[in-house]
Amino acid sequence: MKDTSLLVEHFFRHESGRLVAVLARLFGLRHLDLVEDMVQAALLDALQSWKLKGVPENPSAWIHAVARRKVLDSLRHRETVLRLAPSFARLRPDFSEQELNDHFLDSAIEDAQLRMMFACCHPSLSREDQIALALKALCGFGHAEIARALLVSEETIKKRLQRAKRELVANGVELAVPPASELPARLDSVHQCLYLLFNEGYAATTGDAAIRNDLCAEAVRLCDLLCSQPQCRGPASHALLALMFFHAARFDSRVDTDGRLLLLEEQDRSKWNPTLIGRATYCLNRSAEGERVSTYHLEAGIAMLHCSAPSFAETDWPGILRLYDVLVRIAPSPVVNLNRAVAVAQIQGPSAGIRLIEEQAEGLKDYPLADAVLGELHRRAGDHDRALGHLRAALARTRSEPDRELLRARISKCESLDGTSRRGTI
Amino acid sequence: MPNFLLVYRSQPYTAADVSPAQMEESMKRWTAWITEGFTNGWMVDPGDALLPDGRKVDVNRAVTDGPFVEAKEVVGGYSVVTAPTYEQAVEYAKKCPHIDDGGHIEVRQTAGLGPPKG
Repeated sequence: MKDTSLLVEHFFRHESGRLVAVLARLFGLRHLDLVEDMVQAALLDALQSWKLKGVPENPSAWIHAVARRKVLDSLRHRETVLRLAPSFARLRPDFSEQELNDHFLDSAIEDAQLRMMFACCHPSLSREDQIALALKALCGFGHAEIARALLVSEETIKKRLQRAKRELVANGVELAVPPASELPARLDSVHQCLYLLFNEGYAATTGDAAIRNDLCAEAVRLCDLLCSQPQCRGPASHALLALMFFHAARFDSRVDTDGRLLLLEEQDRSKWNPTLIGRATYCLNRSAEGERVSTYHLEAGIAMLHCSAPSFAETDWPGILRLYDVLVRIAPSPVVNLNRAVAVAQIQGPSAGIRLIEEQAEGLKDYPLADAVLGELHRRAGDHDRALGHLRAALARTRSEPDRELLRARISKCESLDGTSRRGTI
Repeated sequence: MPNFLLVYRSQPYTAADVSPAQMEESMKRWTAWITEGFTNGWMVDPGDALLPDGRKVDVNRAVTDGPFVEAKEVVGGYSVVTAPTYEQAVEYAKKCPHIDDGGHIEVRQTAGLGPPKG
């Protein structure tokens, strides 16, 4: 009997994504529910057998064989044929076993997943529905796991998935890689969805840590798949993958041994993963071949400058500011402005940063992070009263517990400094 | 030492809402339980799972096709363990992941009437 440790990590989840993509291609997107049932049954068969008999030498081949049998069985089964009736004419009734087998070749499976990716990220779906559907159909997450990952209720996830599937059918979305004329726009939509998927995992500081790691790993896997396909690789895909790798390299250094969040300047840089930084740098180099600079290029460039600095003090802030200057121009947003102000403060001093943020006060009023940054900049400028005011305002509006702890630590640091300086003046 | 047959009974086999991650988790628990049995010498045969399909032959030799989904419970698999007493065999069954998976286990001592081994 083979040991479970030999069972590839997340085997069931990955096979679920692969099989759903392949079978959806065979049966059509409108039968996604039926397809998910078939895949579920194939995986359960594997589980039943393996738990007692041990994992076979080639578990993928085993599961694919079961899935093929399930397809043939369900095509023979009257009930399935009736469910498929409206589109049955399009499925060739003489569907040969050889043709079926061809769909399970590695290249065909990748192609099927790519098609599924374009379907899940179809612009007719809202962004939140895209993410839920991608997690279910492409990444093999269960309802409860998606709910935990996105910090919403299971009921909400079920509704999103139903709505997404309905929309795909209503809009006649095909499981296809879009033609060249539509490809750039559709690829944009895929990039945005993968970017958000990664951010959901990376930015959230509450909830299940293992699930959040999985979100990031899935975003990387799908982006990697995109970059392996000749028609979809390209500057923006490579830049996005570079960005993900740069962030992933710092993943483990973001919290201390007690699980407390660490700021960039407090992180132990020796814990940054050099292999991932290497892969990121390679991807960023490959992304430099096109004409158009995407936001992913700029964000990856900024992440690279952070990752290549030997210490916080030695960071190339002028280089980072130049990238933010372009980012502000092509993709202006309150958060980009805030980050740019931080870079300005590093170069010209805290007052310059404070001035910039105050100019943007209106756009930043919904971001507790702006108060946190202002608090820190005022502290550096020596104005502890103002610093405390902003830090407390940030604390009052922040809900994530690790973030709150970080703010409380800064507040008490500020209070003690305040006390020292007063005693000093008396 | 006598052998005991563990019969895994549960609700009829359905492709219920078990997520792939839960499958992986279940897989790990089963492997750990079976490995423990082999390591400590009480696992004779981890056995096998039974497919949901089935046939029934009645007293008139008439054959009915399964799956028997109307049944309240079905036999989903079996293992064979060895133990000095029923109490001990029951202890092994209590630790079996089938219980955590929501099923129950019938523990039956074998009569030892099979052909001699070797």
